[in-house]
Amino acid sequence: MMHRMTRRQALALGAGATAMITVGDAPLAFATPADADAEIAKFTGGKPLTAGKITIDLPEIAENGNTVPLSIVVDSPMTPDNYVSDILVVADGNPRPGVAVFHLTPLSGRAAAATRIRLQTTENIIVVAKTSDGKFLTERKQVKVTIGGCGG
Amino acid sequence: MAEKPRLKVPAQAKKGEVVEIKTLLAHGMETGLRKDAGGAVIPRKIINKFSCEFNGKPVFSADIEPAVAANPYLQFSARVDESGTFKFTWVDDDGTVTTAEHAILVTA
Repeated sequence: MMHRMTRRQALALGAGATAMITVGDAPLAFATPADADAEIAKFTGGKPLTAGKITIDLPEIAENGNTVPLSIVVDSPMTPDNYVSDILVVADGNPRPGVAVFHLTPLSGRAAAATRIRLQTTENIIVVAKTSDGKFLTERKQVKVTIGGCGG
Repeated sequence: MAEKPRLKVPAQAKKGEVVEIKTLLAHGMETGLRKDAGGAVIPRKIINKFSCEFNGKPVFSADIEPAVAANPYLQFSARVDESGTFKFTWVDDDGTVTTAEHAILVTA
């Protein structure tokens, strides 16, 4: 999804790019939405994704990308024959797309997890949940980041 | 290994109740992307794996990337059907394993 960049965002991007170039031989490249898609494909094995049933709780604007609270809830009964087994979290603008994979069991009781993550820039957080019957659910949310949190 | 992990787990619950668990381990979660003042890359050193078991059965675990913030905080749920002990494990890139335990009393 494209949106027009404000002058401030353009400046911030420029500054970020310069900082990254001076880093030299470190693994520099930002993940792109294509890298994020590749990470998701690795998780799903190329199976189709169904949107919905996932609630992502993230701030709309994160002033400090070093620690952004993230909370995920998947609507699931979490019974032994119908539960969410794995939840993948991907960020499409970080140096690397992977954030975390959560593994759940019926003993988890609720298909929910929360943590704090680092975000480099304004980007999308994509969550994919795998159910015990082999289906994949997905949801995404954009966060606007004022100060990136991946070093550089 | 510096500080003890911080845990927030109820001491008691009713049978079948879903309890909320919060854990935090003090750790710098060095991404491996930063450079020091001399320009040398600071090597990656993160907690890459967390797991929680209840009476030896897996409840929740996480594969963690450098995109998880310093002092990794994890919140999740567990359904308890019997009294027992939660065991928490954090694995560092350098192989260090930190563990913590918490007992819960389950009443009918």
